[in-house]
Amino acid sequence: MFLQQLINGIALGSTYALIALGYTMVYGIIALINFAHGEIFMVGAFVGLLMVGVFKLNIFLAMACAMIFCMVLGVVIEFIAYRPLRKSSRLSALISAIGVSIFLSSLALMVFGANAKGFPEQAFSSRQIHIGNADISTLQLLIIGVSAALMIGLEFIVQKTKIGKAMRATSEDYNTAALMGVNVNFVISFTFALGSALAAAGGVLVGMLFNAVSFNMGLMAGLKAFAAAVLGGIGSIPGAMLGGLLLGVTEVFGVAIGYSSYRDAIAFAILVLVLLVRPTGLLGRKVMTKV
Amino acid sequence: MLHAFVNSIDPYFLQILVNIGIGIILALGLNIITGLTGQLSLGHAAFMSVGAFTGALLTLKTGTPFYLNLLLSGLFSAAVAALIGWPILRLTGDYLAICTLGFAEIVKVVFLNLEITNKALGLTVPTPTSALPMPVIVLMVAILAIVASVLIQNSRFGRALKAIRDDEIAAESVGINIARYKVQSFAVSAFMAGVGGCLYAHFLGYINPSDFGFLKSIDMLSMVVLGGLGSIPGAVFGASILSAAPEFLRFMSQYRMLVYGALLVFLMVFRPNGLLGGVNLTDLVLRKLGIRRHGATRNQEWSQ
Amino acid sequence: MTALLKLDNATIRFDGLVAVNGVDLEIEKGEILALIGPNGAGKSTIFNLITGIYPPTEGGISFNGKSIAGLPPYVIAGGGIGRTFQNIRLFKELTVLENVLIGAHTRGRWDLTGALLKLLPQVRREEGRLLKLAIHCLTQVGLAHKAYEQACNLPYGEQRRLEIARALAIEPVLILLDEPAAGMNPQEKRTLLEMVRNIRAAGVTVFLVEHDMKFVMGLSDRIAVLDYGVKIAEGRPEEVRANPAVIEAYLGKGTMR
Repeated sequence: MFLQQLINGIALGSTYALIALGYTMVYGIIALINFAHGEIFMVGAFVGLLMVGVFKLNIFLAMACAMIFCMVLGVVIEFIAYRPLRKSSRLSALISAIGVSIFLSSLALMVFGANAKGFPEQAFSSRQIHIGNADISTLQLLIIGVSAALMIGLEFIVQKTKIGKAMRATSEDYNTAALMGVNVNFVISFTFALGSALAAAGGVLVGMLFNAVSFNMGLMAGLKAFAAAVLGGIGSIPGAMLGGLLLGVTEVFGVAIGYSSYRDAIAFAILVLVLLVRPTGLLGRKVMTKV
Repeated sequence: MLHAFVNSIDPYFLQILVNIGIGIILALGLNIITGLTGQLSLGHAAFMSVGAFTGALLTLKTGTPFYLNLLLSGLFSAAVAALIGWPILRLTGDYLAICTLGFAEIVKVVFLNLEITNKALGLTVPTPTSALPMPVIVLMVAILAIVASVLIQNSRFGRALKAIRDDEIAAESVGINIARYKVQSFAVSAFMAGVGGCLYAHFLGYINPSDFGFLKSIDMLSMVVLGGLGSIPGAVFGASILSAAPEFLRFMSQYRMLVYGALLVFLMVFRPNGLLGGVNLTDLVLRKLGIRRHGATRNQEWSQ
Repeated sequence: MTALLKLDNATIRFDGLVAVNGVDLEIEKGEILALIGPNGAGKSTIFNLITGIYPPTEGGISFNGKSIAGLPPYVIAGGGIGRTFQNIRLFKELTVLENVLIGAHTRGRWDLTGALLKLLPQVRREEGRLLKLAIHCLTQVGLAHKAYEQACNLPYGEQRRLEIARALAIEPVLILLDEPAAGMNPQEKRTLLEMVRNIRAAGVTVFLVEHDMKFVMGLSDRIAVLDYGVKIAEGRPEEVRANPAVIEAYLGKGTMR
């Protein structure tokens, strides 16, 4: 029983981690909570659904398409709604982000209607594998596997490439990086693109996991992923991964214990608790403001 | 007699007017914490919800007279705000905003699961019997809200709030207890949202926890942002437009949120002060009357 | 004479970096004390220590005999210590008058009830009193004629003076001026000099940080010198100016004067 819930939790948590990474990277680099990030997750799910349902692509190709589409979307959003506000107050940028979020979810509602859509049968035939006294489905294995692969890929990009170094520099100190010749605009766009790609992958995976894709899945998933990012320490990439997994496991266990109707509130309770008790999260750093 | 007058007005038109009135109360409330104090509250619908359900339950279970009911709903919302505000308001802007959103979701989920709020079925609220007809009460409360906002804005209390909004460190350096004022501002805001919620419940006749979700909070935020954060005429203007518009634009109702979203982005990028922000209504009026506020006459008094 | 403000072996460490290292300092009531030192010596950190923005990692700090270590900034301000900031921190969107009225915040006590009951005679009396205090402070810095201007529209030198007016509105016992003359031309500096002298004459003790040596020498009763977080000299201007350790700190070792 415990093992089963643990497996379920890790699978769910991996998807949260994928979305949380986007939040944490963007926050680390321009100190903005990209409220629209959850909607990108939702768009990714729909694109994946379209690719499989209409164009009959296999799931991996569909995911790739979703990721590419959302990379572009993320960059466009940054350009239109956040870049002009870089010098403005944080409040303005946050309100703008909310505007984008509402716009995207309403658009999805208009285009796809209010009912949740499921993936067609042949998308990915899932089998159950027996481990001990628990079952793990091949779908869950896929989710965990893809998430892990993407996260390892991300770590590689951030730690071992030139653009990754530029990302780290810009997130440490925006102005100095610019003075040192880093093309800050490009780095920021790239960060958005990366985060959006991960969220899109998460969207397709979640869509398959729950077999439901709907216009309002973005808000809830986004908020939960944000809670995960904060739990792990906002701005910290390993933190987002850890936070996502922890949140997934906690949610699954919470439901198993009997709090299923409070399922969504669990993430918020964690969020509020973390912010009050240890705002830097588990792996985050404390930053002193210069007066 | 007043009842007769009110009943003679086209009920459809009346409904719009009442919606505008309630919208004004809600917007002015949010304006105090977000416009004046600069703390973004993304979950203000929760306080509206608390006020609505408190008011509804008071009417249904006890026989509390309506005016007392309004007051108690507001006070209870304010108390809840003070309670959660105390720990939460120490957070910086973005985190605070998300936290308020989280809190609103928690309230919604809790109300959907409590016996006393009738879970997901919601509550039907009878129209209160009072000497004055509902629309008149709403009008009176809206006017009170405007007056209170103006009084607050030009007082020592209001100045402290504006200082916090503009520069917290500087505000602290002149002795302002940031935490205390933020909580008080939050409580006042919640009071107004609670009163608005109570009026909403009794006018509409039916409330459900799902009515007070994120979208409602965004409705309120849009009203304040449209008119200009921190501007009282702005909040009134924004509330009027956005409360009335859905009726006139009924054919576009599915586009409503689409337009809101685009509107928010557009405003922030091109006109962050909103449509009326930066316009000082008192100055405008006085100038029309031929009285100049800034100028030699005032200063001469002081240089003596 | 007991010191007005006393730093007792005050030390501030940030994650391994020692910004202020065992500093003993006393400020006497009624004097003008200047703190000088090369960039990065820790001068602003000491200001932030005194005003409560950072608590001391070690050591103590007392004001009028009572310890203020670890107290939050708003309490310290309420106790009579005012300050200006190195990078001007005005309430930009508000008017000049409002900025100073906010400075006078601790001189009043009516909050929400006072706002709603504006017509109550006690409230009106208090508003009148605060207004008079604000105008007085503005007059002291020569900005009364610009009371209704938006603070962000003032030229730089006047913004600095406005910040001083705002700090004066606390009716402070001790005022901390963080590089008040920075960015000013010689004419403005002369005016500022007079202004600071008048502030002291009105009974306020002045503690300032400044880079302009001429300004400091002409104004201060005593000077303390900080280098790498350590106090390396203290005394009257003539003594400090001739102190070899001070010269070395500013000019580096091995340079002939």
